Amino acid sequence: MGEIVLSDVRKSFGGVSIIQGIDLTIKDGEFVVFVGPSGCGKSTLLRLIAGLEDTTDGIIAIDGRDATRLPPARRGLAMVFQSYALYPHMSVRKNIAFPLRMAGMPAAEQDRKVEAAAKVLNLTPYLDRRPSQLSGGQRQRVAIGRAIVREPSAFLFDEPLSNLDAALRVSMRQEISELHQSLKTTMIYVTHDQVEAMTMADKIVVLNAGRIEQVGSPLELYKTPANLFVAGFIGSPKMNFIEGAEAAKHGAHTLGVRPEHIAIAADGPWKGVVGISEHLGSDTFLKVQVDGMGPLTVRAGGEVELHYGDAVSLAAQPGKLHRFDAAGHTLSA
Amino acid sequence: MARHVSNSRKAVVTALAWGIGLLIFFPILWTILTSFKTEGEAINSHPSFLFFDWTLENYHTVNERSDYLGHFWNSVVIAVGSTLVGLLIAIPAAWSMAFVPGKRTKDLLMWMLSTKMMPAVGVLVPIYLLARDTGLLDTKLGLVIVLTLVNLPIIVWMLYTYFKEIPGEILEAARMDGASLGSEILYVLTPMAVPGIASTLLLNVILAWNESFWTLNLTAANSAPLTAFIASYSSPEGLFYAKLSAASTMAIAPILILGWFSQKQLVRGLTFGAVK
Amino acid sequence: MATQASRTASRLMLSPAVVLLFLWMIVPLGMTIYFSLLRFNLLMPGTEEFTGFENYFYFFTDPAFWPALVNTLTLVLGVLVITVVGGVALAVLLDQPVWGQGIVRILVIAPFFVMPSVSALVWKNMLMNPVNGLFAAIARGLGLEPIDFFAEAPLASIIVIVAWQWLPFATLILLTALQSLDREQMDAAEMDGAGPIRRFVHLTVPHLTRAITVVVLIQTIFLLSVFAEILVTTNGGPGTASTTLTFLVYMQSMLQFDVGLGSAGGIVAVILANIVAIFLMRMIGKNLEA
Ligand SMILES: Nc1ncnc2c1ncn2[C@@H]1O[C@H](COP(=O)(O)OP(=O)(O)OP(=O)(O)O)[C@@H](O)[C@H]1O
Ligand SMILES: [Mg+2]
Repeated sequence: MGEIVLSDVRKSFGGVSIIQGIDLTIKDGEFVVFVGPSGCGKSTLLRLIAGLEDTTDGIIAIDGRDATRLPPARRGLAMVFQSYALYPHMSVRKNIAFPLRMAGMPAAEQDRKVEAAAKVLNLTPYLDRRPSQLSGGQRQRVAIGRAIVREPSAFLFDEPLSNLDAALRVSMRQEISELHQSLKTTMIYVTHDQVEAMTMADKIVVLNAGRIEQVGSPLELYKTPANLFVAGFIGSPKMNFIEGAEAAKHGAHTLGVRPEHIAIAADGPWKGVVGISEHLGSDTFLKVQVDGMGPLTVRAGGEVELHYGDAVSLAAQPGKLHRFDAAGHTLSA
Repeated sequence: MARHVSNSRKAVVTALAWGIGLLIFFPILWTILTSFKTEGEAINSHPSFLFFDWTLENYHTVNERSDYLGHFWNSVVIAVGSTLVGLLIAIPAAWSMAFVPGKRTKDLLMWMLSTKMMPAVGVLVPIYLLARDTGLLDTKLGLVIVLTLVNLPIIVWMLYTYFKEIPGEILEAARMDGASLGSEILYVLTPMAVPGIASTLLLNVILAWNESFWTLNLTAANSAPLTAFIASYSSPEGLFYAKLSAASTMAIAPILILGWFSQKQLVRGLTFGAVK
Repeated sequence: MATQASRTASRLMLSPAVVLLFLWMIVPLGMTIYFSLLRFNLLMPGTEEFTGFENYFYFFTDPAFWPALVNTLTLVLGVLVITVVGGVALAVLLDQPVWGQGIVRILVIAPFFVMPSVSALVWKNMLMNPVNGLFAAIARGLGLEPIDFFAEAPLASIIVIVAWQWLPFATLILLTALQSLDREQMDAAEMDGAGPIRRFVHLTVPHLTRAITVVVLIQTIFLLSVFAEILVTTNGGPGTASTTLTFLVYMQSMLQFDVGLGSAGGIVAVILANIVAIFLMRMIGKNLEA
C-alpha cells in the first residue's frame, strides 16, 4: 500500500510562500519523479510529505488516512537523502538495522532482515564496515538498505545520485529502477537530471516556483507539453522557441520545435548560416543563425559534415511544431 | 609543510625554540625539582639543579600534616561535578540551538556569552550572602552550583560549535527511521558528538579546577579545593619551600596532563569559535 | 527540520539553561545594585538604610580608587603588551620546522594550566624572594644586590606573573591562526618575488589581526578579574601599590564588611567590563554570521 494524496498543500517560510497549493495523487506502486529548476520547492515538497516540515495549509493523506499532523516516524515512509545521512559511528549492519531497532523488533529478526537486504543490495561483504570505509555507490546502497528493511509504504528520494560520478549514476539508476520493479512500492524521486526523470518515471511532476506546471508520463510531457515552461524544461537540448512573423504564420504567439525535429533539407524554408557545431560521433549539434528568426539548435546525424560559416537550409518535420499563445499555454492542434 | 628548509637554519630555529620553551617552562620544572629536595637544600644560597639528595619526604609530610587528599578530593568533586551538571543542562540547549535554530537563536547565544563577561566581583556580595543564608557557604554543593553557572556559557558555546558541524540530515534520517527525540539524542547525536563532548568536558574540568575567585571567596576549611589550600601557603608556612613545591606539584600535575591533551580544544573553547 | 513538534521540544530543552543563566545574571546583579544604594555593613546588622548614591560618592572619593583604577589599567595593558608581542614572536617561531616541535609546544603551553595560587606562590617565594629566591641567588652569583621585587616593584612583579600565565594562551591562538594561513597564498607571494619580511608584513600580519583582536578582548575580560595572584603575593600592598578595582571591592566587602560600598564598586567594575564586552561580542557575532 502506498497511495499519497496531496490536497491544496501550501508551505511558507516566514511569510514567503514557497509551495503554493499543490494537488496531486500518487497511486500505489507508482514511480513519480519531481523535476523543476533549482529552488522551485522540490525538496520542500518532499519534506512536507515526509513530515520533516509542517504544512502551512492543505491535507496530506497516506493510504486514505489524514497524515498532515503525524510525525515523520508514524507516516510509514522511508527517505534516502542526497548526502546519504548514514550514521557514521555505526557499522553498515547497525545502520541498516537502526529503524528496526527503533521499532523494537527482536534482535534475531533484525539480523534476518538486515542479511536479506544486504544480499539484495550486494552489501554482504561490507556489513561490518563503517560508512567512512565505503565508496560513494556503496554508501548509497546502505542508505537504500536502511530504507527497504522498514518495508515502508513509500520511498522518498531527494537527488540520491547527485554525489556520484557519471558512470556510477547510470548503474545506480538502473538498480533503483530494478528495485522498484521487484518491490512494487511507491517511490517519489526528486531530481534535476532530465535523463533520470525520463528513464525512471511512471509519472513526472514538473514544478516551477512552488506550483505544478504539468503531470504526465515522460512521453506525454515530451510530446504534448502543456505550456512553454514544460516544453522548454523537458527535452535536451532545449526546444527552440520562435516568435514574430514565423510564429504568426502558424497562428501562434510562440512556435516551438525540438532540435531533433528539424531536418537539413536543400529546399527547406529556413535559410541560415552554421555557427558552432558540436560533433559527438552519434549526433551533431548545430547552432544555426536563421535569417529573420534568430539562432536555432539542430540535431543532425553523426555523419553530417557542416562547419562554421556554411550555409544551410532547414525544415521542421511535419506535425512536430508546438504552438503557444501569448500567455505561454499550448494551443490545440 | 612541504617547504624546503636548510638543516642549518632548522638547527638555529630549533635551538632558539627549545631555549625559549625551557625558559618558559622553567618555573614549573624548578617547582618539581624543589619538591624532591630537603628543606635545607631548597633554600641553599647556591641552589643545585640536579645534584642533590633526592627525597620523597615532602610528599609524605604534606599528605600527613595537612589533609591534602581531602582537598584534592574537593577539587575533583567540584571540577568534575560542575562540568557534568553543566553538560547535562547544555547538551539539550546546544541541540536546540544547533538543529532547530530560530530567529532569536543568535541573540540568545550572544546573551549567554554576555553573562560570562560579567566580572565576578560585581556579584560577589550577593552570592556570598545567598550562600551564607542557604547554608551553602563552604560546601562542595555550593561551589558546584556556582561553577556550573560560571562555566555554562562556555559549555553551551563549545557544544554548539561542535554540533553545528554535524549535518542535520542525519538527525532527520533518524527521525524518519522512527527514533523519538530521546533516542535521536541518545543513539545518534551524542555518539557522533563524543569527540566534541569529550573536549568540552576536558576544557571545563581544567577551567573549574583552576578557578580561583569563587573557590577562594566561598570556602573555608571544609570544602576548600586545592586552589584555596595552596593559597593558605602564602602565610609564613610558605617558607617551607620543599613542602610548598610538593603540594604545588601534586595540585598541578593532573591538570598539566589533561591540558596537554586538550591544546586544540582550548583555542576553540576559549575563543567561542572565533578562532579555529 | 522545523516542525511544530520539534520547535516545542527545542523550547523545552533550551529553557533550563536559559532560566538558570537568567537567574544567575539578574538576581545577584539586581541585589548588588540594591545594596549599592544602601548603607549596609555586615558588622552592624539591622542598621541598613537607603542612602541613594552616597556609596558611589564614597567609592569614587576613596583615596584608593584612583590608584586602583590606574593599577587595573596598567596591569591589563602591561600584560596585553607582553603577551601579544611575545605571543606573535613565539607563534612565528613555533610555526617553523623545529625538531621536537610537539615537546616545545607543550613546554610553552604548560603555564596556562597552572592554577593561579600555585604560580603566584612559586614566583613569589621560590623565584622572586629577596633572600631565598633563585633570582636572588643568581644576582649574588653575578655580584649584584638582590632585588626585593614585591617591595620595590609590586605591580610590575604581578604583571610578570600574570603575563607568564597568559603568554601560552596568546601563543596558542596566534599559532592556530598562523597555521590556517593559506600556504598557497604564501607560495604565490614568494613566486611574485616578495621576500620573507614583506610576506610577513603584507600577508601574515593582516591575517593575524583578527586573532590578535580576539586575544586582546578575551584576555581583557579575564585580566580585569585577576584576584588570586594579588591575594597571594602582595595583598594589594604595599599601601595601594598593587590594589586593583577587583581587589579593592574584595577588601571593602569581605574584609571591611562594607557591603554598600563594595557593591557600588562592583557595579563600577561591571560597567568597565561591559565596555570591553561590547566590542568582543561584536567580533564574535560577526563570526557567527559567516
Ligand atoms: N528552512 C527554510 N527557511 C526558509 N526558506 C527555505 C527553507 N527551506 C527552503 N527554503 C526556500 O524554499 C525554496 C525552495 O527550496 P527547495 O530546497 O525546496 O528547492 P529545490 O527545488 O529542492 O532546489 P534544488 O534543486 O536546488 O535542491 C528556496 O527558495 C529556498 O530558499
Ligand atoms: Mg533540493
